[in-house]
Amino acid sequence: MQEKVLMKGNEAIAEAAILAGCRHYLGSPITPQTEIAAYMAKKMPKIGGTFLQDESEIAAINMVYGVAATGKRAMTSSSSPGIALKCEGISYLAGADLPAVIVNVQRGGPGLGGIQPSQSDYFLATRGPGHGDFHVLVLAPASVQEMADLTGKAFDLAEKYRMPAMLLADGTMGQMMEPVQLPEPRDPDTIEKDWAVTGTKCQRKHHVVNSLYLSPAELERLNIERFERYAEIEKNECMWEAFMMEDAEVCIVSCGITARVSRNAIVEARKQGIKVGMIRPITLWPFPKAPLRKAADQVKRFVCVELNMGQMREDVQLAVACKKPVDLCFRVGGMIPSPDEVLDAIRKANEGGND
Amino acid sequence: MTHKRLTLFAGHYGSGKTNIALNYARWLRRKGEAVTVADLDIVNPYFRTKDSEEDLKKEGIGLIVSPFANSNLDVPAMPKETYALIAERGECGVLDIGGDDRGALALGRYVPEIRAEGDYEMLFVINRARPLTRTVADTILVLREIEAACGLPFTAIVNNTNLGQATAAADVLSSMPYAEAVAARAGLPLKMTCCAARLCDALRGSIPNLFPMEIQKLYYQLR
Repeated sequence: MQEKVLMKGNEAIAEAAILAGCRHYLGSPITPQTEIAAYMAKKMPKIGGTFLQDESEIAAINMVYGVAATGKRAMTSSSSPGIALKCEGISYLAGADLPAVIVNVQRGGPGLGGIQPSQSDYFLATRGPGHGDFHVLVLAPASVQEMADLTGKAFDLAEKYRMPAMLLADGTMGQMMEPVQLPEPRDPDTIEKDWAVTGTKCQRKHHVVNSLYLSPAELERLNIERFERYAEIEKNECMWEAFMMEDAEVCIVSCGITARVSRNAIVEARKQGIKVGMIRPITLWPFPKAPLRKAADQVKRFVCVELNMGQMREDVQLAVACKKPVDLCFRVGGMIPSPDEVLDAIRKANEGGND
Repeated sequence: MTHKRLTLFAGHYGSGKTNIALNYARWLRRKGEAVTVADLDIVNPYFRTKDSEEDLKKEGIGLIVSPFANSNLDVPAMPKETYALIAERGECGVLDIGGDDRGALALGRYVPEIRAEGDYEMLFVINRARPLTRTVADTILVLREIEAACGLPFTAIVNNTNLGQATAAADVLSSMPYAEAVAARAGLPLKMTCCAARLCDALRGSIPNLFPMEIQKLYYQLR
């Protein structure tokens, strides 16, 4: 087991990617994820890997496509405006059924917005970031330890289902420092990939990596097959954490930094005798609908705590089929709610909310 | 422990420079010195000296910081007041330099004035729990990179080995051979070893020049 080290969230992602066998990082600096590129620039040359600073985010995502087509683990990272640029390439990856990891350390938007933390790319990530019918796996870490753990998980899931995975963190997660137990190094080249473009050596039929289909019927079939795979993922890969939910009458739903703030508020509310707990989605796609549906039979109200105008609230409302009201506690523009603000929202929900 | 009029804290990214700079400024203030902290960090977007602005004001400690710190503007601007702090021999100055060679680049423009002043210490902050400075060799590499970037050699080492809020006394104790080896390899004295104030009793007597620190203002401790 590796000794604990003190890391920034961004550094933990970079190191965890290397330990998961990623030797190809294509990306560039943008606040608040710059440390990922900086760490890769320092470390990749020392271990025989490739760090390549792109001339644009579009170039980076298309280089990721190239690396992924050869079956190697590829990663790119950026922050919100840069991710928007990558969306065309993410759609091509999805259309060619290629695994890759895209890290989004979100900042406030829209437009150039700001450099302070945000969770306002929730819709962008969970609704398929790009044109066409598709999904990417979306993982939302809430500690520096999870930044490391979920990076490895993202590579594994992306390969298992042959699709892109997005690590969706907020600026605070990228910048905060916490002790981390890093995983052991792995060699993913030992996994057979019967689709990778690695040269036939005149011994097999060539593999094709492509997202263009001349026959509409074939394209339709592939879309439907892809969604059958998505249904499998929704059944098997949902991740969430339940916190103090056993007897809860109010249920917080929150991910990333706001889930951490909410934990403080929940502990304080419990001291005041309010029965509140939290369901923290770890996968945002697939969204953990089942535990929320179950909680809807137990709690009076839900409260979504988010760094956006209520994007995840829509998924919660869909999951609980409007059985119980879903309140919203939010800050945007780079602001973060304090535990007291969340505590106020909990108190209000406990007293029956605003309706 | 003695001090110079100007104290510069530089080191690897995330080694704890800002926190030490703030605590060192308070220590100087308690010794009766007039003191101002200058934030020269052009690298870090979050968790800056600016977070402690109100507290410093109350304690009578000055702060020179980019007007854009903690804002939504990513502009690495340096306030002109920094020159006055370095050149005018009124009060003590504590300079918080950005991490690594990239951060130290910004110090370069002040080096002629700092050399002319002469009464300064250039301190290299080390933390063995940081993944890129776990070995003596890697740490010395960072030291040389910073010196090359800013053009000012270090004069002493500051050991700040910690795992954040999870630090135990044993973590600090076990870092001493590393800190001493870094100092020996660099040919510099080990000025002090920092520790959270709560660990001070456990470590007093076992470590020379222990420097107890309060953690820079956190609005709340995250669970």
